[in-house]
Amino acid sequence: MEGVEVNKLIKTGLFYLLVGFILVTALFPFYYAIITSFKGGTAIFEVTYLPNDISLANYIGVLTHGSFPQNFLNSIFVSSVVVIISLFLAVTASFALARIRFRGRGLLLITILSVSMFPQVAVLAGLFEMIRAFGLYNTLWSLIISYMIFTLPFTVWVLTTFMRDLPVEIEEAAIVDGASSWVIVSKVFLPLMWPALVTTGLLAFIAAWNEFLFALTFVSNNDTRTVPVAIALISGASSQEIPWGPIMAASVVVTVPLVILVLIFQRRIISGLTAGGVKG
Amino acid sequence: MTSLKLENVCKSFGAVDVLRNVNLDIKSGEFVVFVGPSGCGKSTLLRIISGLEDITSGTLSFEDEVVNKLTPSQRGIAMVFQSYALYPHMTVYDNMAFGMKLQGGQGKAEIDKRVREAAAILQVDQYLDRLPKQLSGGQRQRVAIGRAIVRDPSVFLFDEPLSNLDAALRVQTRIEIARLHETMADTTMIYVTHDQVEAMTLADRIVVLRDGVVEQVGSPMELYHRPTNLFVAQFIGSPAMNILDGVASSNGASVMIPRPSSDPLALDLKDSSGRLDKVQLGVRPEDLVVADGQTSLFEGTISYLEQLGEVQHAYVDLAAHSKPLIAKLPSDAQLSRGETIHLTAATDNLKLFDADGKAVAFAA
Repeated sequence: MEGVEVNKLIKTGLFYLLVGFILVTALFPFYYAIITSFKGGTAIFEVTYLPNDISLANYIGVLTHGSFPQNFLNSIFVSSVVVIISLFLAVTASFALARIRFRGRGLLLITILSVSMFPQVAVLAGLFEMIRAFGLYNTLWSLIISYMIFTLPFTVWVLTTFMRDLPVEIEEAAIVDGASSWVIVSKVFLPLMWPALVTTGLLAFIAAWNEFLFALTFVSNNDTRTVPVAIALISGASSQEIPWGPIMAASVVVTVPLVILVLIFQRRIISGLTAGGVKG
Repeated sequence: MTSLKLENVCKSFGAVDVLRNVNLDIKSGEFVVFVGPSGCGKSTLLRIISGLEDITSGTLSFEDEVVNKLTPSQRGIAMVFQSYALYPHMTVYDNMAFGMKLQGGQGKAEIDKRVREAAAILQVDQYLDRLPKQLSGGQRQRVAIGRAIVRDPSVFLFDEPLSNLDAALRVQTRIEIARLHETMADTTMIYVTHDQVEAMTLADRIVVLRDGVVEQVGSPMELYHRPTNLFVAQFIGSPAMNILDGVASSNGASVMIPRPSSDPLALDLKDSSGRLDKVQLGVRPEDLVVADGQTSLFEGTISYLEQLGEVQHAYVDLAAHSKPLIAKLPSDAQLSRGETIHLTAATDNLKLFDADGKAVAFAA
């Protein structure tokens, strides 16, 4: 009997040890960024693991000097517009791809997916020429258009899969009720697709929010940049000095909108996981 | 107030022919039930009438107007689905009002009046503010029927509406549908089921389908008493009609049925055009009665007894036939397994089928 008890105790202990290890590995970089952002002056170069004197100097510096606030608004604008356009196009496309039988549907789906297989670098040069030709260079619209390259394939795919799982009878009931395709999508399917829309929208937002390469290439003005590039380009008093404090403060500020979004839509995401429970 | 006419309606999905040359006239205000085993094409036929499925060839007319190309709402049909198909995010009220709102033309007050009327008929008026997920299966199906009533359809279609309900609720809802047909006497109703009890109890006329072909159309009693072929004979009635082949023999003008202890029973054929090289004899389990050894048609030993309370089913092994004969006998008849039993049936209740399974008419 006692042997069994000890055995169980050891197992539980090992389990929590493993959990602790995973937690520390996963969270340490974030934790270190946050405590560093509160350090001022030369304290940055001392390695400490607990916050001692907290200083807001880095935050004040980042938010009041230079173009960072403008960059922040740029990012919000670009990401929001990308999400809105992506979701609109994806919902309409997925209705056709999931519900209308036509020749080449499978091929089209594979093609859409294969677009996302190319590395960004591969399309960079060609895309640059296109953006120049459209006269969008150095505008936020260049980013909005180019971000669709990676947001659309997965929004279309996820929504197509989700839409395919919605009961056909509901659509047929709507047809019998006299609903047009647009009414079916907007009045019947869209309300049922909230969980999928929120989840894919959030992922698209995060992808657009964090994008670096296109943002670096297609925009050259400090005022038109988005935050990932702006943070990378924060420079110190001399080229020898890397201003870790402001960089960390900016990074923390940048994650705030994402955290807020996730908190707002948290319930929707959870209900998205149980969407199968909806029965006609 | 709409009559339907189907002329040579065919439907193929790719190379598969689901319906072959269906011809059917449905009178205005009639309650017609499509019945048949799964895969017989009954649901496809209903969906073709609804407009959810295209017609491959042939014409479908409502009141002499060809509607092949019209959408479901242009045809003025309403449909009740097996899985209810309510809009999950809308309240009962909104579910029922959705179709009328889309149609436009009617004021809010008119829509409200119609929704409340329909809800009252189906006793769902106290649930108008609820969502479908807050209702039981039976209530959901009533809301679905209510949604169809609100649209005041010319043709009312039911696609196995009771299949998802439990047995008690099924009987109750069946009666409600029958009552609905009485209150909406002008509305043509078409109902698909695989359940012959629903078909028998609800229908003015039954259409029996098999493999995309209409086997017989007739009133429930016509189908029961005068099946035109073996398939219909066996499909209607439970337990199914006993079919004995290799028992009766024919000389072209009459059919001889051997009897265990007397001369064969001779039945004169009214029509000898069928393939009479092989005659099959049919008799319903409920038409068989216990007889004495002298005049009986069948003699055998009871291999199995099923006591159901109101009746008992006796499985009787015959010497001349491999399949047991099933007889529905009074439950108080003193029978035991292994016992020899003599059975007979009135000549009127015997059915004859030729080698192709077509019914053969005869006079005793």
